[in-house]
Amino acid sequence: MTTEIIEPPPRTEDTFVELEKVSVKFGKGESQFIALDETDLRIEKGDFVALVGPSGCGKSTILKLVAGLLKSTNGYVYVAGREVGAAEVRVGMAFQNPTMLPWLTVRDNVMMPLKIVPPFRQEYRSKKNNEFRDRADALLKEVGLSGFGDKHPWQLSGGMLQRASLCRALIHEPQLLMLDEPFGALDQFTREELWAIMQELWMKLKPTVVLVTHDLKEAGYLATRICVMATRPGRIVDDAAVPFPRPRNIEMSYLPEFVSMTQRLRQLIVSARPVKETVQ
Amino acid sequence: MNAQWRRRLWSTMFIIGFFVLWEVLCWVFHVSDIVVPKPSQVIVTLIQRAPALWPHTLQTLYTTMVGFAFGIVIGIALGVLIGSSRLAYDVAYPLLVGFASIPKVAVVPIFVLWFGAGTVPAVLTAMIMCIFPIVVNVATGLATTEPELEDVMRALRATKTDILWNVGLPRTMPFFFASLKVSVTLAFVGTVISETVASNRGIGNVMMIASSNFDVPLVFAGLMILAFLGVALYAVFSFIEGRITGWAHRKDEFAMG
Repeated sequence: MTTEIIEPPPRTEDTFVELEKVSVKFGKGESQFIALDETDLRIEKGDFVALVGPSGCGKSTILKLVAGLLKSTNGYVYVAGREVGAAEVRVGMAFQNPTMLPWLTVRDNVMMPLKIVPPFRQEYRSKKNNEFRDRADALLKEVGLSGFGDKHPWQLSGGMLQRASLCRALIHEPQLLMLDEPFGALDQFTREELWAIMQELWMKLKPTVVLVTHDLKEAGYLATRICVMATRPGRIVDDAAVPFPRPRNIEMSYLPEFVSMTQRLRQLIVSARPVKETVQ
Repeated sequence: MNAQWRRRLWSTMFIIGFFVLWEVLCWVFHVSDIVVPKPSQVIVTLIQRAPALWPHTLQTLYTTMVGFAFGIVIGIALGVLIGSSRLAYDVAYPLLVGFASIPKVAVVPIFVLWFGAGTVPAVLTAMIMCIFPIVVNVATGLATTEPELEDVMRALRATKTDILWNVGLPRTMPFFFASLKVSVTLAFVGTVISETVASNRGIGNVMMIASSNFDVPLVFAGLMILAFLGVALYAVFSFIEGRITGWAHRKDEFAMG
């Protein structure tokens, strides 16, 4: 099993996100923690990339770098050909925790990005009661939440909140969608249902997606490309395309090719984990 | 609904019972009027002296509300500053706690020195009394905003002002209203302190003069007016709080509404 740092695919015209020798370090001296070590990554426009790996391998760090929430210690992060934050790129984000604002209705929560992001924010006042409202309702309907727009977040279950959170991440038609284990806290059946919905929305809207997940089946189901990361220091050790045709379904995940793919990924992650000293 | 009425009935009966007990104890132990007057006597005084007391009540209410209004504005401004900036937090907090620890009676003479006796020092005393709880609560509300909530907003390239208006301040509302309920009663304390020390108008002044004339029923009438005003304003802010921050309490009634 190789854990060499692998070369990213070459830069093309369609390269949308690019990490160039990016390091992120926290702390100084002895206690310094290298979250990400000289990592190269290129993501093409409309790609769906899954980042998998043991905990603490810098998956979420990459996500935050690309979303512009975190500055790299060294190296460069480019989005849409310019340094991150410079280009006007609409970013959508969904976390494991749905983070709905409890004082707003579900619909108002979903419409929040329209209130913030240009060019929608200039029109928010005039359109919030008609066009934007209809748009939010249409999106809620697609994730199976029609009729729940006027409810408050605490009246919904965890799975429903996560659906609403996906709507919020997508309503402003983001070019870049950042998903940080959005299905992690859900039960198996809700999760599989949301994979199907996610795939459908992605095929329709074609945003560039980065998905952080612990679930290899989820990565295989959704992603066009899976990057395996190792820890201490955080780095990418494997980068492979997922060959299965779309639309994928849950039956596909029981095919021998799919199983052997997830097994291979599993092996990589196990070997990428830091060795536990207490193992007997 | 039935249970709610029963609760109200009990609380009303308890309040009435308190005054009845007071009256009875005064009768039984022959308590002198000059020590503790009977509630019936206080009520009679209230009615008899109403024309004279009314302008003073209005004065005290007016002074308190003006001071309270200034307190809210300055309190929110300071709270936002302290809650959203690490530097402001480190610098301003010790200073604020220092100011809050000063007994306000000690400050009134300074205000009188600067602005003369009367309404202005009373307004200022009411103001400084109510600032501290507001600042602390607003700052706490802002400082404890969940980082993930901010991440969602920052990923949308929201400005600091956007985050403040859409996440920080709404989230702070329950803290803010809790502090208002405390502050409004403190504002009364401030006004009355100042009126007692240096003013010729207001309930504080009335009580001061009454006590020097040993007109104890009138002193108690003044106390009664202050208590009533305090309870009334507390109720007003409780009502507004329920309207605006019902989401934070998650009662079934609100959820259905």
